[in-house]
Amino acid sequence: MEFTEQQLQRYSRHIILPEVGGRGQAKIIDAKVVIVGAGGLGCPVGYYLTAAGVGTIGLIDNDVVEISNLQRQIAHSVNTIGMLKVESAEKTFKALNPDVNIIAHKVRISKDNILDIIKDYDIVVDGSDNFPTRYLVNDACVMAKKPLVSGAILKFEGQVTTVIPGEGHCYRCLFEEPPPAGLVPSCQEAGVLGVLTGVVGSLQATEVLKLILGKGDPLKNSLLVYDALKTTFRKVKVPKNPNCAICGEHPSITELIDYNEGYCSLP
Amino acid sequence: MPEKRIDIRGLVCPYTFVKAKLAIESMEIGQVLEILLDNEEASRSIPISMTEHGQKVLNVVKINDADWVLSIRKEKE
Repeated sequence: MEFTEQQLQRYSRHIILPEVGGRGQAKIIDAKVVIVGAGGLGCPVGYYLTAAGVGTIGLIDNDVVEISNLQRQIAHSVNTIGMLKVESAEKTFKALNPDVNIIAHKVRISKDNILDIIKDYDIVVDGSDNFPTRYLVNDACVMAKKPLVSGAILKFEGQVTTVIPGEGHCYRCLFEEPPPAGLVPSCQEAGVLGVLTGVVGSLQATEVLKLILGKGDPLKNSLLVYDALKTTFRKVKVPKNPNCAICGEHPSITELIDYNEGYCSLP
Repeated sequence: MPEKRIDIRGLVCPYTFVKAKLAIESMEIGQVLEILLDNEEASRSIPISMTEHGQKVLNVVKINDADWVLSIRKEKE
């Protein structure tokens, strides 16, 4: 593709990388990525993917910005309190890079709409804050064969994994079922060090760019665990489970499940 | 004879290398790119970067008080 002078300047530090170049930057510009959640993780993921020039970024969220979000959700501000998070984030991302097409999906994701939304995208990022959504997104990505970069945070710990359907493990190979409601506390109950979202979100954005470029080793068949207190990263092997209920040889889950009852969700 | 020529006089780093790299990307392996430039730093850094990226620097010639011509053969995609 032919870059404009502005694009050459904006993306010059990418273009000079041997692993990216003009061709890699063109792939980034052509890519379509959808992010579930415009909160703690969705903000840094969307922010960095916007800076990188990802051509189309979808954001799915139906919450509005509250002041308690601002400790970690860096795309929002005091000026956007009360606004839908997807619109607040769109405004911020457009100011950073107006070339990026931001698509705001102002819905709560569910088994009835997820497949229809993700079908138009190349890669799905999970930045959701609750188990029902995490399993729904995983199952939908396996069914639709969409690569998924999943992230999670709580207190001082973060996790990242990359699901490539048909090639590697999925979230259910790692944890077969969601934990019972109330067993694992949410950020609302347990707290989270705000900056952790930046570490984990940046790792997710890095995974997305590697998938777009086809470079390096994604977190396929592995889970990266970051402990902020100890300052350690552990990469744990996660073998694909041949008996997995969704991605195994004889899947027992053949339609999507909403596990909503009993879970509280944190904006 | 080079297959492609670019004139990047007036540009400074890193745009000198950005333009040179994009030109190389658009060419076939074995073809030669000739670069006319007037930035002294680039006359030294482009050959180093091109070598690091796996390309072959054939020639670096100072043609007058202000300008250099570099010849690079594409060896690698």
